[in-house]
Amino acid sequence: MAADAGVIETGPPIRRARLRLSGFFWRRPWLRAVGLLALPLAVFLVVYVGSLGVLFISSLWTSNSFTSTIEHTWTFANYRTIFSRAGPYLHIAGFTLEMAAVVTLTCAVLAFPLAFFMARLAGKRTRALFFVMVLLPLWSSYLVRLYAWQTILAHNGAINWALNGLGLPDQNLAYTNIAMWIVYTYVWLPFMVLPIYAALERIPDSYLEASADLGARGWRTFRSVILPLALPGVVAGSIFTFALTLGDYITPALIGGTNSDMIGTIVYQNFSTNLPFAAAFAVIPMAIMGAYLLIARRLGAFEAL
Amino acid sequence: MTGRGTRISLAVWSVLVIAFLWIPLAIIALYAFNGSTIQGWPITSWTTHWFSVAWHDPDVRGAFELSVKVGAITTVIALVLGTMAAAAVARYRFFGREAVSFLLVLPLALPGIITAMALVSFFNFAGIQASIWTIVIGHATFCVVVVYNNVVARLRRSSASLIEASQDLGADGWQTFRFVLWPVLSTALVAGGLLAFALSFDEVIVTTFTAGAQQTLPIFILDNIRQGQQLPVINVVAFAVIVITAIPVALAQRVMRDTGVIRRGSAQVTEAVEAAEIAAV
Amino acid sequence: MRRIPKRSRVTVVAVAAVTAALALVASGCGGGGGGGGGSTSASSGTTTTIGKGEGSLNVIEWPYYTYKSFAGPFEKQTGCIIHRKDAGTSQEMFALMHANGGGGGGQYDLVSASGDASLRLIDAGDVQPIDINQIPSWKEFLPVFKSPPHNTVDGKHYGVSVQWGPNTLIYNTQNVSPAPTGWDAIYGSKYKGKLTVPNNAIQIADAALYLMQTKPSLGIKDPYELTKDQLTAATQLLISQKPLLKRYWNYAADEIASFKNGDVSMGAGWPYQTLQLQGDKQPVKEIVPLPTTGWADTWMLAAKAPHPNCAMKWMQYVTTPKVEAQQAIVFGETPVNPLACPYMNKIQKGSCAAYHLNEPASYYNKIKFWKTPVPQCGWTTKQTCMDYNAWVQAWAQVTG
Repeated sequence: MAADAGVIETGPPIRRARLRLSGFFWRRPWLRAVGLLALPLAVFLVVYVGSLGVLFISSLWTSNSFTSTIEHTWTFANYRTIFSRAGPYLHIAGFTLEMAAVVTLTCAVLAFPLAFFMARLAGKRTRALFFVMVLLPLWSSYLVRLYAWQTILAHNGAINWALNGLGLPDQNLAYTNIAMWIVYTYVWLPFMVLPIYAALERIPDSYLEASADLGARGWRTFRSVILPLALPGVVAGSIFTFALTLGDYITPALIGGTNSDMIGTIVYQNFSTNLPFAAAFAVIPMAIMGAYLLIARRLGAFEAL
Repeated sequence: MTGRGTRISLAVWSVLVIAFLWIPLAIIALYAFNGSTIQGWPITSWTTHWFSVAWHDPDVRGAFELSVKVGAITTVIALVLGTMAAAAVARYRFFGREAVSFLLVLPLALPGIITAMALVSFFNFAGIQASIWTIVIGHATFCVVVVYNNVVARLRRSSASLIEASQDLGADGWQTFRFVLWPVLSTALVAGGLLAFALSFDEVIVTTFTAGAQQTLPIFILDNIRQGQQLPVINVVAFAVIVITAIPVALAQRVMRDTGVIRRGSAQVTEAVEAAEIAAV
Repeated sequence: MRRIPKRSRVTVVAVAAVTAALALVASGCGGGGGGGGGSTSASSGTTTTIGKGEGSLNVIEWPYYTYKSFAGPFEKQTGCIIHRKDAGTSQEMFALMHANGGGGGGQYDLVSASGDASLRLIDAGDVQPIDINQIPSWKEFLPVFKSPPHNTVDGKHYGVSVQWGPNTLIYNTQNVSPAPTGWDAIYGSKYKGKLTVPNNAIQIADAALYLMQTKPSLGIKDPYELTKDQLTAATQLLISQKPLLKRYWNYAADEIASFKNGDVSMGAGWPYQTLQLQGDKQPVKEIVPLPTTGWADTWMLAAKAPHPNCAMKWMQYVTTPKVEAQQAIVFGETPVNPLACPYMNKIQKGSCAAYHLNEPASYYNKIKFWKTPVPQCGWTTKQTCMDYNAWVQAWAQVTG
């Protein structure tokens, strides 16, 4: 590395030191990786993953019924209660899963054409405007948006007012699972639009030109070129919509009805007084999302987040 | 490629979806002027009284300030840690590389209440009392991955030879970062930072668990919803936040569009333009 | 290329490192308020003298329990600046007090616990008894709140009662006719799909209270002390009620919106909701079918309170008639101090009667105030009663 030596030997001492340091790291790429990764990973592993592990372990313990202190007696009792057919918990988990899946599907259907329009058809100004209009709702409070929806869906609310104005009968939308579906789709929609938009935006024009040159018409190009390239974006967006629905307890409380208990509701009800049970129930969404992430990674979604 | 009919229907669909996104926001703006503390439809009496209440309420200001503070600190932490992790993963092969992406996305992918429970148990165990820092830690766990993903994607699309070239030209680590990496990464950092700030600013579930006697804006709103005597104030606050953030978001979008990669065109053209940008510095 | 001179670069790094280190140390030394001096009485178990205020007071409260409109003068008088952690459920309050080694973790001084959590706090050792004679207004309290079983154990007062509320039956006068006369109105199918009850496991006690009168064969003596069979019966009643309901309400303001928006016509609630709706010119009325359940809040002193003097001063202050009235109107509840009545009427005409503060003693004796369900039945030693965790499971069965 004679050329290196020549460069390093010239210049003021601090610069020489810096160059030497840079050279040292350059020749040992793994050291740089470690150096870069050490801090974030250490924080993460210790704080987050570690406490998740502790949470999982505590699901195998019990809680003293009066003082709520966790007693370190190993037992599967919590899991037995959850998976018992007589209990409501399996049904609640199933309902939550169903809701998450339906919301994800609806979001994808609504978001894809919009993202496609923004990424490939809109003019510069329109694209900028739409981008801002999709991003801004994320800044308005989730809770306040829920309240706005209460007003819209209520018995004397905006929807029925409009329907009545058109001579149509009242719809019973408030405090139903349909209402939750609508509201969830609404609040998570920007999270689905953005990754799809990013994925579609990255497709170079030359791909589409090549596809046309090879004789594919619009729909064929869409199906064989655009859709596969956009899929990672869709899956990435679905991680958001799925995960956010799976753990939410606020929308069931404000928008839901009498059959709207979700996993988050039960965990929230139990975590102060019966942490082991709450932890046990929380293992279900953890397992579901773990599996979901593995599938998503295979579909390339991690590059598209 | 796309026929005129398809173009028009896509445009209509897009407008409808955007309208769907904004109608509730319009309702929020309307109800900021509601004369009643109960949010019923339609509004029967109008007032600007709540704007004055919100303006003079020290709780509103305090909560807003705290949210901005927490968001800013969280975003900085996310930017630093996310970039570091992304640089390591994008450029080097090492054992456990795949696991890093998986681990980092966990806080975002796992429901907030699980993250909250895990963190609270950890804080109790370590004897850390609730404070602004516990809130920040809570937010940082899921904000890091947002920056990380943007930077990783950006690094994957740019060539590693850029750094080599820079070193060959005699730049040390700091200079390489300042003159080569930064222009390449800036849009990814802006995009990631913006989303990270937004996530932190509106976060309520993890914050209720990890905060002590601190009130961020979402907590303030939640308290108001529980209490209900000043309900229109939350509409005022939300409306004000939308108006205030419209400008930075629009500016940020500008930044990302202007200094970013030219998006259409082949990958090679992309690289060539980047090389030209850097050479011009 | 302009380089920053070496010395100032080093300085910048050093300053940054020191700042970061200080920040870490500061955060580790506890948030939410200054460290306390004058904690001499905290460890002795009974506070005998109220010394000088420590300058700070950290509370866990229901939102607005230390609202500045009536807490401001206190802060000025005593110099005790209040820092608040708002809780959404009694269980949250318990968890906060029990964390970090319990007793408030050395961070919190006071908690405004409702009856469904207070006994649990006492039993877990998270709160300490106080000398009730230090609170002069206590002598003026309604007798039922002086030493209620949910905050007084073995003659020791673990705090002072502050406010309460009955569970009432609210109904829309236009949609519900004739007017209801008792709790049976929400167990019958006449207004199916238009009813609402609170989303709270303690609601099981309301069902148990109803069964006490309609099915005496079950042998329920105390709606908060239920055997397994009694709990099952109450749960069954609630499950059969579910199809009649439009929703379970979580927040008072939420129930108010449901009434105004025409989604519900009748339901269990509190005088607060009725007054708010009537203030908004909605056609609602309420009845209080006795016996009924009720909730009562106690300001409890944390076992490891860092600012016990400020805490005691607050307890003295908030139980005086004028402040009781102010808090009652702000939050929407009823004072424990009947001398607050004229002050209430001054702030809001007719509020004293609307909040049922001017009733005879026999009235209050018919209200069964919230009590944490515990395994020890008070009325029999031959059976075990179901604990709170069992109630939560049962409630999940109802709402799930």
